[in-house]
Amino acid sequence: MISEKTITDFIYEEAELLDTMQWQAWLDLFHPEGRYWMPLEWQQQDPVLQPSLMYEDLLLLKVRVERLAGERTFSQKPKSRCHHLLQSPRIVACDPAAGVFKARTSYIYTETRGDNLERYSGWASHDLVRVGDALKIKLKRVDLVNFDAPFGNIQLFM
Amino acid sequence: MNKYGGNAGAIAALVREAEVHRDVYVDPEIFELEMEHLFPNSWIYVGHASQLAKPGDFITANIGRQPVMASRHTDGSIHVFYNRCPHKGVKIASEPCGNTGKFFRCPYHAWSFKTDGSLLAIPLKKGYEGTGFGDTQANEGLSKVRNVVIYRDFIFARLSDSGVSFEDYFGESLSTIDNMVDRSPEGKLAVQATPIRYMHTCNWKMLVENQTDTCHPMVAHESSAGTAVKVWKREQGDATETPMAVQLYGPFMSPYEFYEQSGIRIWPNGHGHTGVANSIHSNYQDIPGYLDQMVAAYGEQRAHEILGEVRHNTVYFPNIMVKGAVQILRNFIPVAVDKTLVESWVYRLVGAPDKLYERALMYNRFINAPTSIVGHDDLEMYERAQEGLKSNGNQWVNLRRLYDGHEEQDVTAVINGTSERQMRNQFHAWAKFMTMDMDKRIEAAE
Repeated sequence: MISEKTITDFIYEEAELLDTMQWQAWLDLFHPEGRYWMPLEWQQQDPVLQPSLMYEDLLLLKVRVERLAGERTFSQKPKSRCHHLLQSPRIVACDPAAGVFKARTSYIYTETRGDNLERYSGWASHDLVRVGDALKIKLKRVDLVNFDAPFGNIQLFM
Repeated sequence: MNKYGGNAGAIAALVREAEVHRDVYVDPEIFELEMEHLFPNSWIYVGHASQLAKPGDFITANIGRQPVMASRHTDGSIHVFYNRCPHKGVKIASEPCGNTGKFFRCPYHAWSFKTDGSLLAIPLKKGYEGTGFGDTQANEGLSKVRNVVIYRDFIFARLSDSGVSFEDYFGESLSTIDNMVDRSPEGKLAVQATPIRYMHTCNWKMLVENQTDTCHPMVAHESSAGTAVKVWKREQGDATETPMAVQLYGPFMSPYEFYEQSGIRIWPNGHGHTGVANSIHSNYQDIPGYLDQMVAAYGEQRAHEILGEVRHNTVYFPNIMVKGAVQILRNFIPVAVDKTLVESWVYRLVGAPDKLYERALMYNRFINAPTSIVGHDDLEMYERAQEGLKSNGNQWVNLRRLYDGHEEQDVTAVINGTSERQMRNQFHAWAKFMTMDMDKRIEAAE
């Protein structure tokens, strides 16, 4: 039975996989049709006909993960690391009968590389589905509070 | 240290036939002089008329570092002025775009201006009676940028009162903008999306040079485009269609021979483009219904002519790049000698299928975003160059690929697509527009 705690545990575990750079295990959390979305507009509705920073399916996420380990990935020499500081997820929906599981989590995200360190604040919205006994990510949406600011490289995942 | 100011000879000496001195990228004084001379002497992109659809609409922009704004006046005309109140210098508009209604109002002392920039009213106006206010520049309202040309809805401005005319400055290079606009069945583009903004800790010219650098994609982007191709090969299974994403990434990995034969065209005043015969944008899958719309609008022959022109990157000197085939404009906005704000705009082809807009937006976030893996590859190279150029071991940057010993300047020519001639072309223009008004200013000061 999937409870509210199952959802929050899932979100904490996801952040830990990212922080410990277990990229393959992170990808395994996605549903085959799952998407990772970083909007570029306030309360954006459409990921396709409105501009986004990222809107990627599993194929593209695999490309990113494989690239991070590439011998000729010069922007990862030295490697980036990240840190997620999460507020307790707010459960938006937990309806096992309908198969709807949604949560919204406020976060501070840190990405560092070499001597540089950048901090970002925003909200992660998880739209999860049940596959067998496990939850999988149908959509992970990350809205930065300053989505419209000019950033330098963001190479890992919020 | 004042090594270059007013010294046209010293500046010209930074640009050799096929080498440039590293000071053009790293010297803060050179950057200041670019802001003072190069940008005001050049025609700079301000924005697109579709962003000013209704009277009272305005946009803000920078020419070099100087804040300007453009507005749609009540009579439908477009005006460009400096974005500072004539009173105390407060910026009139602080947002990228908006609608001001019938007039602009300074938030500090409520001086107000018509949407053509002229002074409308000042509170307690009688306080200026007999003060000689009528003879001051402030009485004219917002200082106007007088040299403005709107070419097929693209708004360009030149701050200097004298200089090269718009037509002479751009000449035949405008054909890339023509092609982008013609790709709309209605001959019209619309800005509907906020630009992707990406901060680069490098000199702005590194980005401009990279636009026609065809010997870097297969090297620097092996990590991104190369991995995309590899992962797709492995994962495609029995898929019958190549996803749009792979169509966009794949061609970056084309071999040297592809770029060699696709060609580069250069134009006078530092403009030029890659992808003459064909380009990395040539083989995208057809979007259903689009060709029919184009044929209906232009006729069979003209429609194929328009769509057959698939130029890669067109550099409009000094600091924008246009991609007609995917409807993108990148604006390389100088912030400091080692800091450049890149704003990448997508234009929607009015009347064309949504799928084309989807593809343009996808291309923009794949290549031009701070979250773009292709962008990560490039920025890493620029940052390393910005650092590496501090070395005194060699003070020159080498631009000698396919240099034949005696190149004519300010000509139109089509050449081998791996040539660095467009970079040489840019630097020739750089020296010209940096120094063209220097002697005059010295005379004026004396």
